[in-house]
Amino acid sequence: MKNKLISLEDAVARIPDGASILFGGFMAVGGPSRLVDEIIRQRKTGLTIIANDTARPHQGIGKLVVEKLVAKVITSHIGLNPDTQKQMIAGDIEVELVPQGTLAERIRAGGVGLGGVLTPTGVGTSVEEGKRTVEIDGKTFLLETPIKADFALLAAKQADLYGNLTYALTARNFNPIMALAGATVIAEAEDILPVGCIAPDAVMTPSVLVDHIVTAKPR
Amino acid sequence: MDEKTLIAKRVALELLDGDLVNLGIGLPTLVARYVPAGRHVFFQSENGIVGMSGPINGAENHDLTDAGGSPISALPGAASFDSAMSFGLIRGGHLDVTVLGGLQVDQEGKLANWMVPGKMVPGMGGAMDLVTGARRVIVAMQHSAKGESKIVKRCTLPLTSVRRVDLVVTDLAVLEPTDAGLVLKETAPGVTVEQVIANTGAELIVSPDLRTMPLEG
Repeated sequence: MKNKLISLEDAVARIPDGASILFGGFMAVGGPSRLVDEIIRQRKTGLTIIANDTARPHQGIGKLVVEKLVAKVITSHIGLNPDTQKQMIAGDIEVELVPQGTLAERIRAGGVGLGGVLTPTGVGTSVEEGKRTVEIDGKTFLLETPIKADFALLAAKQADLYGNLTYALTARNFNPIMALAGATVIAEAEDILPVGCIAPDAVMTPSVLVDHIVTAKPR
Repeated sequence: MDEKTLIAKRVALELLDGDLVNLGIGLPTLVARYVPAGRHVFFQSENGIVGMSGPINGAENHDLTDAGGSPISALPGAASFDSAMSFGLIRGGHLDVTVLGGLQVDQEGKLANWMVPGKMVPGMGGAMDLVTGARRVIVAMQHSAKGESKIVKRCTLPLTSVRRVDLVVTDLAVLEPTDAGLVLKETAPGVTVEQVIANTGAELIVSPDLRTMPLEG
């Protein structure tokens, strides 16, 4: 099997303007910060970003919003990034707000080949608008559609050279789910290890899902 | 005692030994400080951990934070997991209690707490899943804001869920939404029933068992 380690520059050069990108991370914890900085350096524009939140203005993917590289965001929370709110109100950025648990399951559905998920979350609220409802055993559910993207950019604690990944503590969050739903998956790892150093039971994202790895450590 | 401490202390008495509890950002976070002695409660943070505890100075770990991104620590027996598992716990009925802030609660016990159209659009985060899925939903909030009651006949702000919340704890009172309506169960120390009614925008049913809010377990 090939060694999947590539340079940061190469990794980001594969992303075209206008790409849709899933970003791991929760308030930038467990988010691929070097990949974000390199996207800014290479000025990738018109991006659709899908992530739990837009962090803070100068943190994680919040920077992409500040740099005006984002056309659309699909997310559960923008409350701590006033720039996202300002650009949304000005009409410069399209924002689709999704309940957090629904966002996780829509991405999972996209990644595991399901046609959608049925959730009670949002029934009877503004989230229901324009969606089909389904009744099962007397209970009403919303049909939420799958999410996939051109890329998934992840942050891992460890990667081996095949691309098996582990995550640490609350830095795991959306990363393993997004690994399934990106057409091209790039993981930024703190430690890059020889194949065999991560025990099979310890692998949290199997290497078959990962296309490229980059190091999280600046050279 | 300030109003927020009073609310947090009263809410803490609702937590039972062995409960799995999720606390919202802001006022609800204070509840963790007042869990009665002898009750072991597991706190969940929706970014992916059960068994979170307060930060330890000098032992911060950039991979271990609460849902606001602030450092926390993990108790022995803690478990970390991904967001699908975290919301599986929440939506799947495995979470015993969620304590959330509120913008409005109405006579039917419906909660609005995630946006003020045209003014504040932070997004719902995990709030809709929490209110929909937790076994017990407790709202912890000030009774009024800017001179207006937050307890209203019908929510004018977008709802978080159509599910009826289980208990509302404010600086003035403890209210329980029921089939019959909103029941006034407790008044805060030094607060009269008349004061609560005067500060409430909804009809209240005064409980025959009305009592003064206890603050110690």
